[in-house]
Amino acid sequence: MSSKLMSPEAVVATLEEGMTIGIGGWGSRRKPMSIVRAIARSSLRDLTVVSFAGPDLGLLCAAGKVRRAVYPFASLDSIALEPHFRAARQSGAVEDVPFDEGMFLLGLQAAAWRVPFLPTRVGLGSDLMKLNPLLSTVRSPFTDGTELVAVPAFELDAAICHLNRADERGNASFLGPDLYFDDLFLRAAPTRRFISAERIVPTAALAEEAGTELRLRIARIMVDGVVESPGGAWFTSCVPDYERDEELQKQYAAAARSPEDWAEFYRKHVEVPS
Amino acid sequence: MSATRADVCVVALAECFRGDGEIVANPIGTIPMIAGRLARATFAPLLMATDGEAALIANDGAFAWPEGRVVEYYNPYRSMFDVVWSGRRHVVMGATQIDPYGNQNFAAIGADYARPKTQLIGFRGAPGNTVNHATSYWVANHSPRVFVEKVDVVTGVGWDRAAAAGAGALEFLDLRRVVTNLAVLDFGGPDHRLRLVSVHPGVTVDDVVAATGFELARAGMIDQTRLPSDEELRLIREVIDPGDQRHVELPEEGA
Repeated sequence: MSSKLMSPEAVVATLEEGMTIGIGGWGSRRKPMSIVRAIARSSLRDLTVVSFAGPDLGLLCAAGKVRRAVYPFASLDSIALEPHFRAARQSGAVEDVPFDEGMFLLGLQAAAWRVPFLPTRVGLGSDLMKLNPLLSTVRSPFTDGTELVAVPAFELDAAICHLNRADERGNASFLGPDLYFDDLFLRAAPTRRFISAERIVPTAALAEEAGTELRLRIARIMVDGVVESPGGAWFTSCVPDYERDEELQKQYAAAARSPEDWAEFYRKHVEVPS
Repeated sequence: MSATRADVCVVALAECFRGDGEIVANPIGTIPMIAGRLARATFAPLLMATDGEAALIANDGAFAWPEGRVVEYYNPYRSMFDVVWSGRRHVVMGATQIDPYGNQNFAAIGADYARPKTQLIGFRGAPGNTVNHATSYWVANHSPRVFVEKVDVVTGVGWDRAAAAGAGALEFLDLRRVVTNLAVLDFGGPDHRLRLVSVHPGVTVDDVVAATGFELARAGMIDQTRLPSDEELRLIREVIDPGDQRHVELPEEGA
Protein backbone atom coordinates (compact mmCIF):
# COMPACT_ATOMS: atom_id res chain seq x y z
CA MET A 1 0.00 0.00 0.00
CA SER A 2 1.51 3.31 -1.03
CA SER A 3 0.63 6.04 1.41
CA LYS A 4 0.37 9.61 0.12
CA LEU A 5 0.14 11.12 3.59
CA MET A 6 2.08 14.34 4.00
CA SER A 7 2.09 17.57 6.02
CA PRO A 8 0.72 20.95 4.88
CA GLU A 9 4.31 22.20 4.86
CA ALA A 10 5.33 19.38 2.53
CA VAL A 11 2.49 20.40 0.19
CA VAL A 12 3.73 23.98 0.21
CA ALA A 13 7.28 22.81 -0.49
CA THR A 14 6.12 21.52 -3.90
CA LEU A 15 4.79 24.97 -4.89
CA GLU A 16 6.78 27.75 -6.50
CA GLU A 17 6.59 31.49 -6.84
CA GLY A 18 4.25 32.63 -9.62
CA MET A 19 2.26 29.39 -9.80
CA THR A 20 -1.46 29.12 -10.57
CA ILE A 21 -3.27 27.33 -7.77
CA GLY A 22 -6.86 26.07 -7.94
CA ILE A 23 -8.62 25.95 -4.58
CA GLY A 24 -11.79 23.88 -4.01
CA GLY A 25 -14.85 24.60 -1.89
CA TRP A 26 -17.34 27.41 -2.44
CA GLY A 27 -17.43 30.83 -0.75
CA SER A 28 -16.93 30.16 2.95
CA ARG A 29 -17.70 26.44 2.67
CA ARG A 30 -15.28 23.51 2.93
CA LYS A 31 -12.16 25.49 2.03
CA PRO A 32 -8.75 23.79 2.53
CA MET A 33 -7.73 26.41 5.08
CA SER A 34 -4.96 24.46 6.85
CA ILE A 35 -3.02 24.31 3.57
CA VAL A 36 -4.04 27.89 2.70
CA ARG A 37 -2.63 29.03 6.04
CA ALA A 38 0.58 27.10 5.37
CA ILE A 39 0.87 28.98 2.07
CA ALA A 40 0.29 32.25 3.92
CA ARG A 41 3.19 31.41 6.26
CA SER A 42 5.53 30.47 3.41
CA SER A 43 7.84 32.61 1.31
CA LEU A 44 5.73 31.99 -1.82
CA ARG A 45 4.71 35.09 -3.81
CA ASP A 46 2.95 36.26 -6.94
CA LEU A 47 0.43 33.43 -6.95
CA THR A 48 -2.55 33.24 -9.24
CA VAL A 49 -5.52 31.96 -7.24
CA VAL A 50 -8.35 30.22 -9.12
CA SER A 51 -11.35 29.86 -6.84
CA PHE A 52 -15.09 30.15 -6.17
CA ALA A 53 -13.62 32.50 -3.67
CA GLY A 54 -14.03 33.09 0.01
CA PRO A 55 -11.50 33.49 2.81
CA ASP A 56 -8.98 31.39 0.86
CA LEU A 57 -8.48 34.25 -1.59
CA GLY A 58 -8.97 36.94 1.06
CA LEU A 59 -6.47 35.50 3.51
CA LEU A 60 -3.82 35.02 0.82
CA CYS A 61 -4.41 38.60 -0.39
CA ALA A 62 -4.00 39.91 3.15
CA ALA A 63 -0.79 37.89 3.49
CA GLY A 64 0.57 39.46 0.29
CA LYS A 65 0.72 36.20 -1.68
CA VAL A 66 -1.62 36.98 -4.57
CA ARG A 67 -0.73 38.62 -7.84
CA ARG A 68 -3.84 37.62 -9.78
CA ALA A 69 -7.36 36.55 -8.81
CA VAL A 70 -9.30 34.32 -11.22
CA TYR A 71 -12.79 34.12 -9.72
CA PRO A 72 -16.52 34.44 -10.37
CA PHE A 73 -17.32 35.89 -6.94
CA ALA A 74 -15.67 36.51 -3.58
CA SER A 75 -17.95 36.12 -0.57
CA LEU A 76 -18.02 34.91 3.01
CA ASP A 77 -21.69 33.81 2.58
CA SER A 78 -23.02 35.10 5.91
CA ILE A 79 -20.93 38.24 5.27
CA ALA A 80 -21.75 39.12 1.69
CA LEU A 81 -18.43 40.62 0.58
CA GLU A 82 -14.88 39.39 1.23
CA PRO A 83 -13.28 42.36 3.04
CA HIS A 84 -9.62 41.44 2.54
CA PHE A 85 -10.11 40.85 -1.17
CA ARG A 86 -11.98 44.16 -1.41
CA ALA A 87 -9.08 45.96 0.25
CA ALA A 88 -6.62 44.36 -2.16
CA ARG A 89 -8.76 45.28 -5.18
CA GLN A 90 -9.42 48.82 -4.06
CA SER A 91 -5.73 49.47 -3.51
CA GLY A 92 -4.94 48.03 -6.94
CA ALA A 93 -2.72 45.35 -5.38
CA VAL A 94 -4.35 42.43 -7.19
CA GLU A 95 -4.88 41.84 -10.89
CA ASP A 96 -8.50 40.87 -11.53
CA VAL A 97 -9.55 38.19 -14.02
CA PRO A 98 -13.34 37.95 -13.70
CA PHE A 99 -15.52 35.01 -14.75
CA ASP A 100 -19.16 33.99 -14.63
CA GLU A 101 -19.55 31.08 -12.20
CA GLY A 102 -20.90 28.69 -14.83
CA MET A 103 -18.08 29.66 -17.15
CA PHE A 104 -15.73 28.59 -14.37
CA LEU A 105 -17.15 25.09 -14.60
CA LEU A 106 -16.30 25.07 -18.33
CA GLY A 107 -12.71 26.25 -17.80
CA LEU A 108 -12.12 23.49 -15.27
CA GLN A 109 -13.93 20.91 -17.41
CA ALA A 110 -11.92 21.83 -20.52
CA ALA A 111 -8.69 21.35 -18.58
CA ALA A 112 -9.95 18.07 -17.13
CA TRP A 113 -10.87 16.82 -20.63
CA ARG A 114 -7.62 18.16 -22.12
CA VAL A 115 -9.30 20.30 -24.78
CA PRO A 116 -8.21 23.94 -25.31
CA PHE A 117 -11.65 25.46 -24.73
CA LEU A 118 -15.37 24.82 -24.37
CA PRO A 119 -18.03 26.96 -26.08
CA THR A 120 -20.91 28.72 -24.38
CA ARG A 121 -23.22 31.66 -24.89
CA VAL A 122 -22.35 32.82 -21.36
CA GLY A 123 -20.44 36.09 -21.44
CA LEU A 124 -21.86 37.44 -24.69
CA GLY A 125 -22.97 41.05 -24.27
CA SER A 126 -21.39 41.38 -20.82
CA ASP A 127 -18.22 43.25 -19.85
CA LEU A 128 -16.46 39.92 -19.26
CA MET A 129 -15.49 40.04 -22.93
CA LYS A 130 -13.74 43.37 -22.36
CA LEU A 131 -12.29 42.81 -18.89
CA ASN A 132 -11.09 39.21 -19.11
CA PRO A 133 -8.15 38.91 -21.52
CA LEU A 134 -8.31 35.09 -21.47
CA LEU A 135 -11.71 34.96 -23.18
CA SER A 136 -12.23 34.81 -26.91
CA THR A 137 -15.06 34.01 -29.31
CA VAL A 138 -15.54 31.11 -31.69
CA ARG A 139 -17.98 30.62 -34.55
CA SER A 140 -20.05 27.47 -34.80
CA PRO A 141 -18.81 25.39 -37.77
CA PHE A 142 -22.35 24.19 -38.42
CA THR A 143 -25.05 25.87 -40.49
CA ASP A 144 -26.23 28.08 -37.62
CA GLY A 145 -22.89 29.92 -37.60
CA THR A 146 -23.56 31.30 -34.10
CA GLU A 147 -20.77 33.25 -32.49
CA LEU A 148 -20.09 31.90 -28.99
CA VAL A 149 -17.63 32.48 -26.19
CA ALA A 150 -14.60 30.17 -26.00
CA VAL A 151 -13.74 29.54 -22.35
CA PRO A 152 -10.09 28.47 -22.23
CA ALA A 153 -8.97 25.45 -20.26
CA PHE A 154 -7.71 26.56 -16.85
CA GLU A 155 -4.03 25.74 -16.65
CA LEU A 156 -3.50 24.87 -13.01
CA ASP A 157 -0.06 24.19 -11.56
CA ALA A 158 -1.67 22.80 -8.43
CA ALA A 159 -5.09 22.00 -6.97
CA ILE A 160 -6.00 21.94 -3.28
CA CYS A 161 -9.28 20.70 -1.76
CA HIS A 162 -10.61 19.75 1.66
CA LEU A 163 -12.83 16.67 2.02
CA ASN A 164 -14.61 15.04 4.94
CA ARG A 165 -12.93 11.61 4.81
CA ALA A 166 -10.02 10.17 2.86
CA ASP A 167 -7.91 7.06 2.88
CA GLU A 168 -4.14 7.40 2.82
CA ARG A 169 -4.00 6.56 -0.89
CA GLY A 170 -6.14 9.57 -1.90
CA ASN A 171 -9.66 8.21 -2.24
CA ALA A 172 -12.07 10.58 -0.52
CA SER A 173 -15.71 11.27 0.25
CA PHE A 174 -17.80 14.38 0.75
CA LEU A 175 -20.46 14.06 3.47
CA GLY A 176 -22.08 17.50 3.19
CA PRO A 177 -24.76 18.75 0.79
CA ASP A 178 -22.54 19.52 -2.20
CA LEU A 179 -19.23 18.33 -3.66
CA TYR A 180 -19.01 21.77 -5.31
CA PHE A 181 -16.36 21.49 -8.06
CA ASP A 182 -13.64 19.77 -6.06
CA ASP A 183 -13.41 16.78 -8.39
CA LEU A 184 -12.99 19.08 -11.38
CA PHE A 185 -10.23 21.10 -9.69
CA LEU A 186 -8.37 17.85 -9.00
CA ARG A 187 -8.92 16.60 -12.56
CA ALA A 188 -7.95 19.95 -14.09
CA ALA A 189 -4.46 20.06 -12.58
CA PRO A 190 -2.06 17.61 -14.28
CA THR A 191 0.20 17.41 -11.21
CA ARG A 192 0.43 18.68 -7.60
CA ARG A 193 -3.09 17.57 -6.68
CA PHE A 194 -3.56 17.71 -2.93
CA ILE A 195 -6.42 17.02 -0.56
CA SER A 196 -6.73 17.52 3.14
CA ALA A 197 -9.38 15.61 5.07
CA GLU A 198 -11.03 15.76 8.47
CA ARG A 199 -10.08 12.15 9.10
CA ILE A 200 -8.01 9.48 7.42
CA VAL A 201 -9.86 6.16 7.50
CA PRO A 202 -9.33 2.67 6.07
CA THR A 203 -10.64 2.42 2.50
CA ALA A 204 -13.55 0.19 3.54
CA ALA A 205 -14.71 2.84 6.00
CA LEU A 206 -15.25 5.44 3.27
CA ALA A 207 -18.48 3.94 1.92
CA GLU A 208 -19.41 2.66 5.36
CA GLU A 209 -19.36 6.13 6.92
CA ALA A 210 -20.98 7.77 3.91
CA GLY A 211 -23.78 5.19 3.94
CA THR A 212 -23.49 4.98 0.14
CA GLU A 213 -20.82 4.78 -2.53
CA LEU A 214 -22.44 7.78 -4.28
CA ARG A 215 -20.42 10.13 -2.05
CA LEU A 216 -17.05 8.61 -3.00
CA ARG A 217 -16.31 11.18 -5.67
CA ILE A 218 -12.56 11.68 -5.33
CA ALA A 219 -10.43 8.79 -6.65
CA ARG A 220 -6.76 8.22 -5.94
CA ILE A 221 -5.92 8.69 -9.66
CA MET A 222 -6.87 12.34 -9.03
CA VAL A 223 -4.67 12.86 -5.96
CA ASP A 224 -0.91 13.12 -5.36
CA GLY A 225 -0.88 13.94 -1.67
CA VAL A 226 -3.15 13.62 1.36
CA VAL A 227 -3.02 15.73 4.52
CA GLU A 228 -4.81 14.62 7.67
CA SER A 229 -6.27 17.81 9.00
CA PRO A 230 -9.04 17.72 11.61
CA GLY A 231 -10.71 21.12 11.56
CA GLY A 232 -8.88 21.75 8.30
CA ALA A 233 -11.65 23.89 6.83
CA TRP A 234 -11.32 26.30 9.76
CA PHE A 235 -13.34 28.64 10.03
CA THR A 236 -15.39 27.78 6.94
CA SER A 237 -18.18 25.21 7.16
CA CYS A 238 -17.47 21.50 6.84
CA VAL A 239 -20.83 19.91 7.52
CA PRO A 240 -21.69 17.44 8.91
CA ASP A 241 -18.37 17.57 10.81
CA TYR A 242 -18.89 21.19 11.86
CA GLU A 243 -20.70 24.37 10.90
CA ARG A 244 -18.93 27.60 9.99
CA ASP A 245 -17.40 29.36 13.02
CA GLU A 246 -19.35 32.59 12.52
CA GLU A 247 -17.71 34.31 15.47
CA LEU A 248 -14.21 33.65 14.17
CA GLN A 249 -15.28 34.65 10.67
CA LYS A 250 -16.49 37.96 12.09
CA GLN A 251 -13.10 38.50 13.72
CA TYR A 252 -11.40 37.62 10.43
CA ALA A 253 -13.57 40.13 8.55
CA ALA A 254 -13.06 42.83 11.16
CA ALA A 255 -9.29 42.38 10.88
CA ALA A 256 -9.48 44.07 7.46
CA ARG A 257 -9.98 47.41 9.23
CA SER A 258 -6.27 48.13 9.72
CA PRO A 259 -2.81 46.56 9.33
CA GLU A 260 -2.60 46.35 13.13
CA ASP A 261 -5.85 44.39 13.37
CA TRP A 262 -4.64 42.06 10.63
CA ALA A 263 -1.26 41.56 12.33
CA GLU A 264 -3.06 40.62 15.51
CA PHE A 265 -5.35 38.16 13.73
CA TYR A 266 -2.41 36.71 11.80
CA ARG A 267 -0.39 36.20 14.97
CA LYS A 268 -3.25 34.47 16.76
CA HIS A 269 -4.74 32.38 13.96
CA VAL A 270 -2.42 32.06 10.98
CA GLU A 271 1.09 32.01 12.38
CA VAL A 272 0.36 28.95 14.50
CA PRO A 273 0.91 25.75 12.49
CA SER A 274 -2.27 23.71 12.28
CA MET B 1 -55.75 43.05 7.48
CA SER B 2 -53.64 45.91 6.18
CA ALA B 3 -50.58 45.31 4.04
CA THR B 4 -47.15 46.82 4.61
CA ARG B 5 -44.89 48.04 1.82
CA ALA B 6 -42.89 44.84 2.15
CA ASP B 7 -46.10 42.81 1.67
CA VAL B 8 -46.89 44.79 -1.49
CA CYS B 9 -43.36 44.15 -2.80
CA VAL B 10 -43.72 40.44 -2.08
CA VAL B 11 -46.89 40.27 -4.15
CA ALA B 12 -45.42 42.38 -6.96
CA LEU B 13 -42.44 40.01 -7.14
CA ALA B 14 -44.68 36.95 -6.95
CA GLU B 15 -46.56 38.33 -9.97
CA CYS B 16 -43.30 38.14 -11.95
CA PHE B 17 -43.68 34.34 -11.94
CA ARG B 18 -47.32 34.25 -13.14
CA GLY B 19 -47.62 32.06 -16.21
CA ASP B 20 -44.10 30.63 -15.95
CA GLY B 21 -45.30 27.02 -15.77
CA GLU B 22 -43.00 24.19 -14.71
CA ILE B 23 -39.60 25.85 -14.22
CA VAL B 24 -37.23 26.61 -11.35
CA ALA B 25 -38.12 29.91 -9.71
CA ASN B 26 -34.88 31.21 -8.25
CA PRO B 27 -35.52 34.50 -6.50
CA ILE B 28 -32.40 35.67 -4.63
CA GLY B 29 -32.74 37.77 -1.48
CA THR B 30 -35.17 37.85 1.40
CA ILE B 31 -38.26 39.46 -0.12
CA PRO B 32 -37.85 37.73 -3.50
CA MET B 33 -37.56 34.34 -1.73
CA ILE B 34 -40.84 34.97 0.08
CA ALA B 35 -42.39 36.07 -3.21
CA GLY B 36 -41.38 32.90 -5.04
CA ARG B 37 -42.91 30.76 -2.30
CA LEU B 38 -46.10 32.84 -2.39
CA ALA B 39 -46.43 32.47 -6.16
CA ARG B 40 -46.15 28.69 -5.87
CA ALA B 41 -48.55 28.49 -2.94
CA THR B 42 -51.18 30.42 -4.92
CA PHE B 43 -51.34 30.97 -8.68
CA ALA B 44 -48.16 29.24 -9.93
CA PRO B 45 -48.25 25.75 -8.38
CA LEU B 46 -45.94 24.15 -10.96
CA LEU B 47 -42.85 26.16 -9.94
CA MET B 48 -39.88 24.43 -8.35
CA ALA B 49 -37.85 26.19 -5.65
CA THR B 50 -34.43 25.87 -4.03
CA ASP B 51 -33.65 25.66 -0.34
CA GLY B 52 -30.66 27.93 -0.93
CA GLU B 53 -28.29 24.99 -0.64
CA ALA B 54 -28.36 21.88 -2.81
CA ALA B 55 -31.99 20.79 -3.02
CA LEU B 56 -35.25 21.76 -4.68
CA ILE B 57 -37.90 21.52 -1.99
CA ALA B 58 -41.68 21.36 -2.05
CA ASN B 59 -42.24 23.17 1.28
CA ASP B 60 -43.98 26.55 1.37
CA GLY B 61 -41.80 28.13 4.08
CA ALA B 62 -39.11 30.49 2.78
CA PHE B 63 -36.43 30.12 5.45
CA ALA B 64 -37.33 27.39 7.93
CA TRP B 65 -39.10 24.07 7.61
CA PRO B 66 -40.06 22.91 11.09
CA GLU B 67 -42.17 20.18 9.51
CA GLY B 68 -39.06 18.86 7.76
CA ARG B 69 -37.85 19.56 4.23
CA VAL B 70 -39.62 17.76 1.41
CA VAL B 71 -36.93 17.32 -1.23
CA GLU B 72 -38.10 17.03 -4.85
CA TYR B 73 -34.67 16.98 -6.47
CA TYR B 74 -31.00 16.92 -5.53
CA ASN B 75 -29.61 20.07 -7.10
CA PRO B 76 -25.96 20.81 -6.26
CA TYR B 77 -24.35 23.83 -7.94
CA ARG B 78 -23.24 21.75 -10.87
CA SER B 79 -26.81 20.71 -11.66
CA MET B 80 -27.92 24.31 -11.34
CA PHE B 81 -25.95 25.16 -14.47
CA ASP B 82 -27.80 22.41 -16.31
CA VAL B 83 -31.01 24.15 -15.26
CA VAL B 84 -29.72 27.62 -16.17
CA TRP B 85 -28.42 26.63 -19.59
CA SER B 86 -31.59 24.68 -20.40
CA GLY B 87 -33.55 27.89 -19.96
CA ARG B 88 -36.03 26.38 -17.49
CA ARG B 89 -35.43 28.98 -14.81
CA HIS B 90 -36.53 32.47 -13.83
CA VAL B 91 -34.09 34.32 -11.61
CA VAL B 92 -34.65 37.46 -9.56
CA MET B 93 -31.33 39.17 -8.92
CA GLY B 94 -30.34 42.32 -7.09
CA ALA B 95 -28.57 45.23 -8.77
CA THR B 96 -26.20 47.82 -7.36
CA GLN B 97 -26.65 49.70 -10.65
CA ILE B 98 -29.13 49.22 -13.49
CA ASP B 99 -29.50 51.25 -16.69
CA PRO B 100 -32.45 52.06 -19.01
CA TYR B 101 -31.93 48.87 -21.07
CA GLY B 102 -31.59 46.56 -18.08
CA ASN B 103 -27.81 46.25 -17.98
CA GLN B 104 -27.02 45.34 -14.38
CA ASN B 105 -23.89 45.77 -12.27
CA PHE B 106 -22.99 44.11 -8.99
CA ALA B 107 -19.27 43.55 -9.62
CA ALA B 108 -17.53 46.86 -8.93
CA ILE B 109 -18.17 50.61 -8.74
CA GLY B 110 -15.84 53.15 -10.26
CA ALA B 111 -14.45 54.24 -13.63
CA ASP B 112 -11.28 52.12 -13.40
CA TYR B 113 -12.01 48.40 -13.13
CA ALA B 114 -8.36 47.65 -12.33
CA ARG B 115 -8.69 49.74 -9.19
CA PRO B 116 -12.36 50.14 -8.34
CA LYS B 117 -13.71 52.61 -5.85
CA THR B 118 -15.79 49.79 -4.40
CA GLN B 119 -15.28 46.09 -5.07
CA LEU B 120 -18.57 44.17 -4.87
CA ILE B 121 -19.39 40.46 -5.19
CA GLY B 122 -18.09 39.85 -8.75
CA PHE B 123 -19.90 38.76 -11.92
CA ARG B 124 -21.41 35.80 -10.09
CA GLY B 125 -23.89 34.08 -12.49
CA ALA B 126 -25.32 37.25 -14.05
CA PRO B 127 -23.83 36.98 -17.56
CA GLY B 128 -25.04 33.40 -17.90
CA ASN B 129 -28.43 33.91 -16.30
CA THR B 130 -29.42 36.84 -18.46
CA VAL B 131 -28.61 35.29 -21.85
CA ASN B 132 -30.21 31.95 -20.97
CA HIS B 133 -33.56 32.48 -19.26
CA ALA B 134 -36.12 34.81 -17.73
CA THR B 135 -34.59 37.45 -15.46
CA SER B 136 -36.23 39.99 -13.18
CA TYR B 137 -34.64 42.35 -10.69
CA TRP B 138 -35.37 43.45 -7.14
CA VAL B 139 -34.12 46.84 -5.94
CA ALA B 140 -34.86 47.54 -2.27
CA ASN B 141 -33.67 51.16 -2.45
CA HIS B 142 -34.95 52.84 -5.61
CA SER B 143 -32.62 55.81 -6.05
CA PRO B 144 -30.65 57.72 -8.71
CA ARG B 145 -27.50 55.93 -7.49
CA VAL B 146 -29.01 52.61 -8.54
CA PHE B 147 -30.95 53.68 -11.64
CA VAL B 148 -28.14 55.21 -13.68
CA GLU B 149 -27.77 56.25 -17.32
CA LYS B 150 -24.73 53.96 -17.68
CA VAL B 151 -23.55 51.19 -15.36
CA ASP B 152 -19.83 51.04 -14.49
CA VAL B 153 -19.61 47.32 -15.31
CA VAL B 154 -22.10 45.21 -17.31
CA THR B 155 -22.60 41.98 -15.33
CA GLY B 156 -26.21 41.15 -16.30
CA VAL B 157 -26.83 41.80 -20.00
CA GLY B 158 -29.42 44.39 -21.09
CA TRP B 159 -31.41 44.60 -24.32
CA ASP B 160 -29.08 46.98 -26.17
CA ARG B 161 -25.91 45.10 -25.32
CA ALA B 162 -27.47 41.76 -26.24
CA ALA B 163 -28.64 43.14 -29.59
CA ALA B 164 -25.14 44.44 -30.32
CA ALA B 165 -23.58 41.09 -29.35
CA GLY B 166 -25.71 39.12 -31.83
CA ALA B 167 -27.96 36.08 -31.92
CA GLY B 168 -26.08 34.07 -29.30
CA ALA B 169 -26.82 36.73 -26.71
CA LEU B 170 -30.26 37.75 -27.89
CA GLU B 171 -31.81 34.36 -28.64
CA PHE B 172 -32.91 33.60 -25.07
CA LEU B 173 -32.63 37.03 -23.44
CA ASP B 174 -35.87 37.53 -21.53
CA LEU B 175 -35.75 40.50 -19.16
CA ARG B 176 -39.10 40.69 -17.45
CA ARG B 177 -39.55 43.20 -14.68
CA VAL B 178 -37.82 45.38 -12.13
CA VAL B 179 -39.63 45.56 -8.80
CA THR B 180 -38.47 48.21 -6.31
CA ASN B 181 -39.56 49.52 -2.94
CA LEU B 182 -41.49 52.20 -4.89
CA ALA B 183 -42.79 50.72 -8.11
CA VAL B 184 -43.03 48.01 -10.75
CA LEU B 185 -41.26 48.55 -14.08
CA ASP B 186 -40.93 46.50 -17.25
CA PHE B 187 -39.01 46.81 -20.52
CA GLY B 188 -41.98 47.82 -22.67
CA GLY B 189 -40.61 51.27 -23.55
CA PRO B 190 -39.15 52.23 -26.97
CA ASP B 191 -36.25 49.87 -27.88
CA HIS B 192 -36.98 47.85 -24.72
CA ARG B 193 -36.30 50.79 -22.46
CA LEU B 194 -37.37 50.59 -18.83
CA ARG B 195 -40.99 51.65 -18.38
CA LEU B 196 -42.98 52.53 -15.29
CA VAL B 197 -45.98 50.23 -14.97
CA SER B 198 -47.35 50.76 -11.46
CA VAL B 199 -46.57 52.64 -8.28
CA HIS B 200 -47.02 51.11 -4.83
CA PRO B 201 -49.78 52.49 -2.57
CA GLY B 202 -48.56 55.75 -1.00
CA VAL B 203 -46.05 56.44 -3.81
CA THR B 204 -46.58 59.00 -6.60
CA VAL B 205 -45.28 58.90 -10.15
CA ASP B 206 -43.22 61.99 -9.31
CA ASP B 207 -41.58 60.12 -6.42
CA VAL B 208 -40.43 57.43 -8.85
CA VAL B 209 -39.26 59.91 -11.48
CA ALA B 210 -37.25 61.78 -8.84
CA ALA B 211 -35.65 58.55 -7.65
CA THR B 212 -34.59 57.49 -11.15
CA GLY B 213 -31.38 58.82 -12.73
CA PHE B 214 -32.66 58.70 -16.33
CA GLU B 215 -35.83 59.35 -18.26
CA LEU B 216 -38.36 56.60 -17.68
CA ALA B 217 -40.83 55.52 -20.30
CA ARG B 218 -44.37 55.36 -18.96
CA ALA B 219 -47.18 52.92 -19.57
CA GLY B 220 -50.33 54.49 -21.07
CA MET B 221 -52.02 54.18 -17.75
CA ILE B 222 -49.94 53.87 -14.60
CA ASP B 223 -51.81 51.75 -12.09
CA GLN B 224 -51.39 51.32 -8.42
CA THR B 225 -49.58 48.07 -7.60
CA ARG B 226 -52.20 45.61 -6.42
CA LEU B 227 -52.67 44.91 -2.74
CA PRO B 228 -52.28 41.40 -1.35
CA SER B 229 -55.48 39.47 -0.84
CA ASP B 230 -56.41 38.34 2.68
CA GLU B 231 -55.36 34.81 1.78
CA GLU B 232 -52.00 36.03 0.46
CA LEU B 233 -51.41 38.00 3.66
CA ARG B 234 -52.24 34.97 5.73
CA LEU B 235 -49.80 32.81 3.78
CA ILE B 236 -47.04 35.41 4.02
CA ARG B 237 -47.50 35.99 7.75
CA GLU B 238 -48.31 32.53 9.02
CA VAL B 239 -46.70 30.09 6.62
CA ILE B 240 -43.97 31.58 4.46
CA ASP B 241 -42.36 34.24 6.65
CA PRO B 242 -43.62 33.88 10.22
CA GLY B 243 -40.27 35.22 11.46
CA ASP B 244 -40.97 38.57 9.74
CA GLN B 245 -37.71 38.57 7.76
CA ARG B 246 -39.31 40.77 5.08
CA HIS B 247 -39.50 43.72 7.47
CA VAL B 248 -35.84 43.32 8.36
CA GLU B 249 -35.04 43.88 4.68
CA LEU B 250 -37.68 46.60 4.22
CA PRO B 251 -38.76 48.12 7.56
CA GLU B 252 -42.14 49.83 7.62
CA GLU B 253 -41.69 53.61 7.76
CA GLY B 254 -42.60 55.00 11.15
CA ALA B 255 -42.71 51.50 12.59
